[in-house]
Amino acid sequence: MSLKNRSLVSINDFTKEEQLQVLELARFFEKNPVQDILNNKVVATLFFEPSTRTRLSFESAVSRLGGKIIGFTDATSSSLQKGESFRDTIKTVSNYSDLIVMRHPKEGSARFASEVSSVPIINAGDGANQHPTQTLLDLFTINQTQGKLDNQHIAFVGDLKYGRTVHSLVMALCNFNCTFHLVSPLELKLPSSVKFHINESKQKYFQYTRIEDVIKNVDILYMTRIQKERFSDPIDYEKIKNSYILKNDMLAGTKENLKILHPLPRVNEINEDVDNSAKAYYFQQAMNGVYVRQALMSLIFGVK
Amino acid sequence: MKEFVVKAIDNGTVIDHIPSENVFNVIRILNLENFDNQILFGTNLESKKLGLKGIIKMRNKYFEKDEINKIAIFAPQATLIKIKEYQIIEKTTVTLPEKIEAIVKCFNPNCITNSENITTKFTVLDKVDVKLLCHYCEKITDKENFIISK
Ligand SMILES: [Zn+2]
Repeated sequence: MSLKNRSLVSINDFTKEEQLQVLELARFFEKNPVQDILNNKVVATLFFEPSTRTRLSFESAVSRLGGKIIGFTDATSSSLQKGESFRDTIKTVSNYSDLIVMRHPKEGSARFASEVSSVPIINAGDGANQHPTQTLLDLFTINQTQGKLDNQHIAFVGDLKYGRTVHSLVMALCNFNCTFHLVSPLELKLPSSVKFHINESKQKYFQYTRIEDVIKNVDILYMTRIQKERFSDPIDYEKIKNSYILKNDMLAGTKENLKILHPLPRVNEINEDVDNSAKAYYFQQAMNGVYVRQALMSLIFGVK
Repeated sequence: MKEFVVKAIDNGTVIDHIPSENVFNVIRILNLENFDNQILFGTNLESKKLGLKGIIKMRNKYFEKDEINKIAIFAPQATLIKIKEYQIIEKTTVTLPEKIEAIVKCFNPNCITNSENITTKFTVLDKVDVKLLCHYCEKITDKENFIISK
């Protein structure tokens, strides 16, 4: 099926084949980043909640394709301040634009927007629910660094309970016969709904509390941030935060092909002495976001 | 002879096999506070099927399909009995549909349906142990946290 005029709200809106189609086209943009193919197209970036990094990545992608950008960067500067409903904002902006990229603090907002908008919606994050373009760029990066997506041993480290990037990446990887190594404090384990999905798709997972127990066996180490506000007792947080700081000396004896990923921004979970290691890959990962978003928008506009 | 705990009605509907603790929820969901005919109800009655059950009898009231669906959320195994002149003319068991619109609020306070004027939509994941997947926020609302939407 064609992705033309389709919205991307949840990673599961696209089949495995459709996800691979985006990745394949992203490889083209990696080599040919500037393409004049969105002339006369207007993309609205509606950030009801600020996220400079994600917004810049989308705007860079639109600019490299020759499209125009309208929008706002946080809700305080928009008509929402005047009490306009979210529904009316989306309806109005869909008359002004050919595609809407939106970030919103409420879960389900992107799904709702896709139902009232006359143009496709790309979800750039709806609360703690979904961030599907992050998942696409993570898949792209795994494939780029390992040459394949199949049969990978992937460790996820940190807040696996609330981390939406982890949830949707795990679900997407369930199509590729991967083994999941889940490293988290006991109170931040992967939710049972995601484990249910792993079991349903007959994949394997193992749980750990220490990075050291698994780091030598994996192809990908996917680090995430542990947020202080998730802990009821700040002392618990203080104990745990130190156990998940990746340092360069911990990389001794790890697999040659190991790559360290992180959705960024990081706080202190990856020591800066890791940055110079050939295994550190998080900045290239962020760069890949532009190629993937270029590919996605080209397919939605039906110009590639 | 069996003694009737709740008096028989001549015409109307009997909802039987309601879990005892949900009798008042069924009364609320059907908006029976404003019902203008006789209502008889009982809770903690003995039942082979449920242990203890509740029952509601409404005089001169017959249900539309969407009203039956509402009952199934709180009483997934309820029996609906139509009575005409003291005779049972129809007996059906309620079943939850695949999808539920409106009726229940999404339990997730951060769901868009709780801050905008949006009709809730759920996919029924489990018809007996009622679990509803929100079409919008993708979280599961279950019987522990049902709130009827007005
Ligand atoms: Zn919801």
